[in-house]
Amino acid sequence: MAKIKVYGHPISTATRLVLCCLHEKKVEYDFVLVELSAGAHKQPQYLALNPFGVLPTIQDGDLTLFESRAIAKYLAKKYEGQGTELLGNSLSEQALVEQWSQVEGQSFNSPASTILFQILFVPMSGGSTDEAAVEMNVEKLKKVLDIYEERLSKSKYLAGDFFSLADLQHLPYLDYLVTDCGKGDLISSRKHVKAWWEDISSRPAWKKATGKTP
Amino acid sequence: MAAIKVHGYHASTATVMVLCCLNEKEVEYELVLVDLPTGAHKKPEYLALNPFGVVPTIQDGDLTLYESRAIIRYLAKKFQGQGTDLLGSTLSEEALVYQWCEVEGQSFNPPALSIVSQILVVPMRGGSTDEAAVEMNVEKLEKVLDIYEERLSKSKYLAGDFFSLADLQHLPCTHYLVNACGKGDLISSRKHVNAWWEDISSRPTWKKVAENMKFG
Repeated sequence: MAKIKVYGHPISTATRLVLCCLHEKKVEYDFVLVELSAGAHKQPQYLALNPFGVLPTIQDGDLTLFESRAIAKYLAKKYEGQGTELLGNSLSEQALVEQWSQVEGQSFNSPASTILFQILFVPMSGGSTDEAAVEMNVEKLKKVLDIYEERLSKSKYLAGDFFSLADLQHLPYLDYLVTDCGKGDLISSRKHVKAWWEDISSRPAWKKATGKTP
Repeated sequence: MAAIKVHGYHASTATVMVLCCLNEKEVEYELVLVDLPTGAHKKPEYLALNPFGVVPTIQDGDLTLYESRAIIRYLAKKFQGQGTDLLGSTLSEEALVYQWCEVEGQSFNPPALSIVSQILVVPMRGGSTDEAAVEMNVEKLEKVLDIYEERLSKSKYLAGDFFSLADLQHLPCTHYLVNACGKGDLISSRKHVNAWWEDISSRPTWKKVAENMKFG
């Protein structure tokens, strides 16, 4: 059976999410580099795979699939029974995984990605960080993380006492915020968020996804 | 068995998404009003159900669940085999449903909801519409709808030739854009998007919900 092909880039947060999921599920894949700096993601060849021109996209046999959260969900279902279970064991547990996955996508992602964009990517393209935008989004993120702190004081992971897609979805942006944006205090100042972060970021699959281990 | 309780507001896009899904799955429910205009969603009683202070939240037996897109997935799975199938028939079809659901949540909803918020909600609260913000978001939405036009020229619905959660997710915001924000041209100027919109918005399960979408 042909391996899954992942079209992506190693620094892309969404690509890292998918790679981490593949490692959690112990699924082999072929990585096809889409060179962002050369604008390859906006070229016709890539747009034929993903008309939105963003990373990543996977090919699994006849199926071409984009949107990292949808890809992670597909992998978690297709490979249920191998590697780490990521979806929860009952209908109610699965529902809570979906709930916290949506919280990540709808409430966490926007302020986190704006902070990352302003602090890391804007200067890289020769512009200057909009400090007011950073501050406004840090305030938004603090409110979200306060709710996480409350939740994680009662539950080891977001959806319950089991690691799931909901936790996994937070790895790429939190890693950048802590490691490259100097925003580690957002995590370290919240006791239960900190414990949760240290737990999930030390998972071998995450280290493999970021190339921190071979 | 107690009916599912939906804590929400009849004009809230996220609430009506859930109500439409309940109709599609032929599931009985009780709508418990959370009166947004008086700030009920920020009171301790509601925050105890949903700490994010947004609507809707459902209660189904022991389960309390929020995030409309998570609620509709739960309903679609729990009631698989009754009402409309909303998840596709195979693993690949289901994957495409989730793909287009993510497109709605990540690419369609932010600009669409911003436009609705600026044109409808801001004036209701005594402010004035930020026209520049509307224009910027209309441009973003046009690019997304161009991709939809291409997709829908090859596929009757977003995920394939079957109505799914992915199409359902688009109903609430598009309803306001077309009927309350004067942005119907975004849809009517695109042949296949227009045909798709006329199809999905004429579903009786949707019309029942849409007729109550008035503030106050």
